[in-house]
Amino acid sequence: MSDHNYTPKSKFGKWFNDRLPLLSLANHLTDYPTPKNLNYWWTFGGILTFCLITQIVTGLTLAMHYIAHADMAFDSVEHIMRDVNYGWLIRYIHSNGASMFFLAVYIHIFRSLFYGSYKAPREIIWILGIIIYLLMMAAAFMGYVLPWGQMSFWGATVITNLFSAIPLVGEGIVTWLWGGYSVDNPTLTRFFTLHYLIPFLILGLVVLHIWALHVPGNNNPVGIDIKKPSKDTVPFHPYIVIKDTFALLMFMIIFAFFVFYSPNVLGHADNYIEANPMVTPAHIVPEWYLLPFYAILRSVPDKLLGVIAMLSAILILAALPWLDTSKIRSAVFRPLYRQFYWILVLDVLVLGYVGAMPAEGLYLLIARVATAYYFAHFLIILPLLGFKEKTLPLPFSISDPVLGGSANLSMAKSDKKEG
Amino acid sequence: MRAFKILLITFIFFTVPLQINSAEKVELLKTDWSFKGPLGKFDRSSLQRGYQVYTEVCAACHSMKYLSYRNLMEKGGPEFSEAQAKSIAASFEVTDGPNADGEMFSRPARLSDKFPMPYPNEKAAQAANGGAYPPDMSVLAKARKGGVDYLYSVLLGYTEPPAGVTLDEGVYYNKFMYGNKIKMPKVLEDDLIEYGDGTLATEEQMAKDVVTFLMWSAEPHLEARHKMGFRAIIYLTILTILVYFSMKKIWSRVESEV
Repeated sequence: MSDHNYTPKSKFGKWFNDRLPLLSLANHLTDYPTPKNLNYWWTFGGILTFCLITQIVTGLTLAMHYIAHADMAFDSVEHIMRDVNYGWLIRYIHSNGASMFFLAVYIHIFRSLFYGSYKAPREIIWILGIIIYLLMMAAAFMGYVLPWGQMSFWGATVITNLFSAIPLVGEGIVTWLWGGYSVDNPTLTRFFTLHYLIPFLILGLVVLHIWALHVPGNNNPVGIDIKKPSKDTVPFHPYIVIKDTFALLMFMIIFAFFVFYSPNVLGHADNYIEANPMVTPAHIVPEWYLLPFYAILRSVPDKLLGVIAMLSAILILAALPWLDTSKIRSAVFRPLYRQFYWILVLDVLVLGYVGAMPAEGLYLLIARVATAYYFAHFLIILPLLGFKEKTLPLPFSISDPVLGGSANLSMAKSDKKEG
Repeated sequence: MRAFKILLITFIFFTVPLQINSAEKVELLKTDWSFKGPLGKFDRSSLQRGYQVYTEVCAACHSMKYLSYRNLMEKGGPEFSEAQAKSIAASFEVTDGPNADGEMFSRPARLSDKFPMPYPNEKAAQAANGGAYPPDMSVLAKARKGGVDYLYSVLLGYTEPPAGVTLDEGVYYNKFMYGNKIKMPKVLEDDLIEYGDGTLATEEQMAKDVVTFLMWSAEPHLEARHKMGFRAIIYLTILTILVYFSMKKIWSRVESEV
C-alpha cells in the first residue's frame, strides 16, 4: 500500500489521523490504483456489496415485525405483507434480494474462473470468497425456513436430515440441530437467531476479502501483473466508482422488475401454504440457487456418499488455485481452457435444471453424468490442461502492443466487448 | 460469442425433449385479467361482485382469516364506501368478550373485525366436508402453481369422469385439479346468485369475479406495487442514462474504452 506518506491538510485532520488513521484509509480507497481495462464482469464486487447491505437493512426492518414462533411466523409474515407500512415492499426486496445476491455471486465466481483471478497471489481472496459463499448458502437456507410455509418446513426437514447420514452420531446430531425430535419451534427460533447472525459474519469476511484484494490489487482481463500506479491503472475514484455505479443501476433495474412485477416467480407456490407436518408436498425443491448441489446430492445412490459429494462439490473450489496448474491466468490466452470453461458453465446449468426435476429415469442419468463431469473438470481436466495446453503469447502490459503480433490483441479486445 | 452460442444450443437441445417428455400438462383456461401487466389494476366492480360470490357461496366452507371488513374499503381493493363496509360488517355476528360479568357475548361485526370462520376448528371443517379441509382462501391465489388461471380453471373444470375412472362417494372429477379428484362439489351454476349491479351471473362471470377477488385478497397492495414499480423503473432508467454520460465524460480522460 502506497499511502503511508499521506498527510491530511487540516491541523485537526492530522491530529486525528495520527491517532486513528481513518483518513489514510479513505485516501487509500479513493486513490487505490485499479487496472484500467477492467470490463463489466468486474463490477459485481460492488454490486454484491450493495446486495449485502440491502439484505441487512431490509432484514433488520423485517425482524422488527416478524415473530419467530411456529404458531405465529406465517401469520406475522402476512401481517407484514398486509398491515405494515410498505411491508410488502420490504419483504419482496428481501426475498428477491436473496436471489439477486446469488445471481451476482455466481457471475462473480464465474468471472474469477474465466480470468484466473484465484491464482497466485490471490489465493486467500478466493478462499475467503468460498467461505462467504458457504455462509451465504447457510443464511439463505435458514432465511427460507422463517416464513414457515410448506417448503420452509419440508426443506428444513430434508436438509437437516442429511446430517443423519453421518455414521454413529448422525441421528444424535439431527436431534441436536432440531432441538427436538422433529423440525419444530426450537428449530425455527435457532434458525432465526443464526439467520440474523450470519450476515454480520459475512460482512466481516467481506472486509477481509477486500483487504486481501488490496494487497496484490485487482486481476484484469488480460491476467498479467501490472505496475501500480502506472499508465495501466486509474485511481479507484472517480473512474471505478462511476463505472460500478452505472453497472449497479442496470442491476437495480432488473432487481426492480422482479420486486415490482414478478415478486413470487422465483419462489415456490407451496410456501404460501402454512407449514403442516402431516402433509408432505409432492416435490420438495430448494431455491433455484441451490439446485446444482441438490442434483449432485441426489445423483449418488448412497445417502452418506451423496452428502460427501455435495460438500466436496463446494469445497473442491477452495483447492482450485492448486488444482489449476497453468501459469497463465486469463482464459483469453488459453484456447483449450476456454472451451472447457464453457462446458463447465453448461454442466452447472444442466445440474441446476435436473435438480428441479424428479430424481428418476432420464433426469437421474443426466444428473449422474453431469456430476461426474463436474468433478472431472476440477480433478482431471484442470491439472492436465496446465501441462498440455499451448497458450497464446501474453502482452507486455495493458497499454503496450502485444508481443508476437496483433492477433492476440484483437482477441483480447473482442473478449472485452463480450463483457 | 461462439462458445456462448454452442452453450445455448446445447442447453436447448437438452431441455426441450425433457420438457416434451414431462408434458402431460393440461392447458389451463385463460381469461383477460385486468390486473396483469406493469400498469394492471383491479376491476373495481369485478372485485365487489367477487366479494358477493365469496360471501354468498364460498364462505359457507372457506375461511379468509387474514381479511378484515376495513380492508373492503381500503384503496386498491373493492373500495366499498365506509358506510357500505360498515353495513356489510354489521350483517355478521361475531363473538366478543368476556364482558364485565365474565360472559362471552355476540355482537354485530365492526370494520376492525376479521372475517368470521365458517367452522369452529379444522377438525369440524373436515368432519363437515368428507375428511377434506377447505383451505383458507386469503392467499390461495399465490399458494397454487398456475395462480389465478389455475383457480379459474378448477372452478370451471368439472366434467363427467372419463370411462374407466371410478369415483368414491363425495369425490368429484375435475379436469384441472392435480390428480383430477376433488372433494369440493361443483358449486357454480348459471344464475346461482343475483348480482347487485345487474351483471349476468354466468358461471364464467362468477368464476372470474371471485378469482379477481382472491387475487386482491392475496396481494392487497398489488396496485400500489405496480404503480411504484413503474415510477421506480422510470427513475432508475433516467438516472442510469445520466450516469452513463457522466461515466463517458470521466473516462474520456483515459485512452481506454468503457
